[in-house]
Amino acid sequence: MLQIKNLHASIEDKKILNGINLNIQAGEVHAIMGPNGSGKSTLAAVLAGREDYEIHEGEVLLDGKNLLELAPEERAGEGLFLAFQYPIEIPGVSNTNFLKTAVNAVRKYREQPELDAVTFLKTMKKKMKLVEIDRALLNRSLNEGFSGGEKKRNEIFQMAMLEPKLAILDETDSGLDIDALRIVANGVNTLKSPENATIVVTHYQRLLDYIVPDFVHVLYKGQIIKSGTKELALELEEKGYDWLKKEVEETTV
Amino acid sequence: MTEQTSLIEQIEEQLEPLVADLEKAQDLTGLYQTKQLALACLENLEFPTSKHEEWKYTPVSALLETGFQIEPETTLSPEKIQENLPDFDDSKANVLVFVNGHFSAENSNIQDTNLEVRHFKDLDFNADIFTNRVGKIASIEQEIFTAVNTAISKNGIYLKIPKNQVIEHPVLLYFLADGSDKSTFIQPRNFIDSESGSQATIIELFSSITDSQTFTNAVTEVRLENNAVLDHYKIQLEGVESSHIGTVHAHQYQDSKFTNTTISLDGNIIRNNLNINLDGENCTAYMNGFYMPFGTTHIDNHTAVDHLQPNSYSNELYKGILGDTGTAVFNGKIFVRQYAQKTNAFQSNKNILLSSEASVNAKPQLEIWADDVKCSHGCTTGALDEDPMFYLRSRGIPELEARKLLLFAFAGDVLERIKVESVRTFIESWIHQKLDNYNE
Repeated sequence: MLQIKNLHASIEDKKILNGINLNIQAGEVHAIMGPNGSGKSTLAAVLAGREDYEIHEGEVLLDGKNLLELAPEERAGEGLFLAFQYPIEIPGVSNTNFLKTAVNAVRKYREQPELDAVTFLKTMKKKMKLVEIDRALLNRSLNEGFSGGEKKRNEIFQMAMLEPKLAILDETDSGLDIDALRIVANGVNTLKSPENATIVVTHYQRLLDYIVPDFVHVLYKGQIIKSGTKELALELEEKGYDWLKKEVEETTV
Repeated sequence: MTEQTSLIEQIEEQLEPLVADLEKAQDLTGLYQTKQLALACLENLEFPTSKHEEWKYTPVSALLETGFQIEPETTLSPEKIQENLPDFDDSKANVLVFVNGHFSAENSNIQDTNLEVRHFKDLDFNADIFTNRVGKIASIEQEIFTAVNTAISKNGIYLKIPKNQVIEHPVLLYFLADGSDKSTFIQPRNFIDSESGSQATIIELFSSITDSQTFTNAVTEVRLENNAVLDHYKIQLEGVESSHIGTVHAHQYQDSKFTNTTISLDGNIIRNNLNINLDGENCTAYMNGFYMPFGTTHIDNHTAVDHLQPNSYSNELYKGILGDTGTAVFNGKIFVRQYAQKTNAFQSNKNILLSSEASVNAKPQLEIWADDVKCSHGCTTGALDEDPMFYLRSRGIPELEARKLLLFAFAGDVLERIKVESVRTFIESWIHQKLDNYNE
């Protein structure tokens, strides 16, 4: 479904991604782990189309379409979804109105008819249950004054509404207490299907107890230095990243 | 006359018969007295240049050199006038239509019988409103354009909301500028007299015939007696060839509440002066403003609230969205006199620049002589934030639509203050249209 080939990217002349290669098939969950500053969030942002980054080399194909040539909204239309590490507060834009605009924009892109008000509300009601989000939140301004947990749940709620092919969860677990984490993970697991795929970007193994990955990749200095199965995450939890860093440095020397 | 004479010469020409009239007058009272004062002030005042501190960023000299005609009668039939009025839902309003300053009775309709409407031209020069009201609030001595208006205007209107009366429907004043035949210089003059305990909504809506060259110099005086409530709107939609200099000056007494909402969406050069005197305890004044200079439009809002008595509240919120090479000025003065203890005054001005060539000059000016007061002011100007844009776009919302959502959100707190739904809907659809047509 997703193919990343030799992706290089920088911001303000600082190289962050140094040749990422990754293949993801439909139905799979991939975890991307790594120490701070390894490029995890950059990779997520570049995939979603953040314009601050300069791409030097490489290719990203989503079901054969070159994502790097598309605007962020087109990527969303193609089925990409990024759950933000720090969801943006937008005062004055109502959560519901925003969702309706987004859902219909994506449907339009996919050449599907717009949802009428009744169908939209019904869908919303159904998906709200999934992340146990309070109705009152939806009448408020987008993320404004939401708690950390509410913001993250709202991200997963948006994901549920937009039905992406490929979801990227950028540090969705950071700052969540265990109950919120369980709710978020439960939402993600329910949305999982043989047709879609998930990339979980995380720092902590804890989330992977709830969202079980098929593959784990370790990112360091803008490259994937090790890939494995979920056991790799456990090993990292136990031993930290230093042994891997050492391995890399030894091979480069 | 083939050669066009400049506006200043035109004004001088208009003043000659006035001088003669005043010389002949037996009794210099009422309107004559006010006009005589205006004439005397005109001799002492100068038309502003960029050297005048209050007009530094708003150039008017070119306007004064233009060969405008003073209030020529329109050649439009009442049907044509109707067609040329803005597309505003006025079915539930008291409607008064003025074209080039002249009242058009055929296009007007007053539904509420408790509203008192008097036209200056129907009144004797020493009618009570001239003796006690007109010209007593606006500053003729200091503001040359107010002096010009006072001296040469002929078609003013006086609106009285009688004691304890509630005017059910909004009063909508259409000021249509028609310069399609001759470039026009227009002097709307209004006096709104809110007697004690009364309540009303008054909307002044300025527009022009497309592409015609017009210059409006409007003065509205507002008087609010004890406990009166007035919701006043000034909406400017004149074309790109139309300039507007306007003054709204309100004088409030105890427990009164005045709200002015000034919305400037189009025009050539616009200068709005809003002055409010809070001359009683427990007064409330809201000053709401929204402006959108696109193209080469220039919009200057000068506001001044003068807290003269203790325990009053003023709240000012002005917001602007600027595009292309549009420019704006915001100057907000708050005076708190020594006697006006426990004053609470709030001011905020925020601007979004959609283009690097657009600019704003903002200047809050607080002068406080009392020591027990709460005053705050804030001012921001910048481009639209990138983070919210990316967030919305990452959810599939196209760039143009995302920008519109964010700009509406920005304008939201001003638009929410518009209590008349027909006004809000009308303004929102104008903003939609302007943003849809905007190309970076």
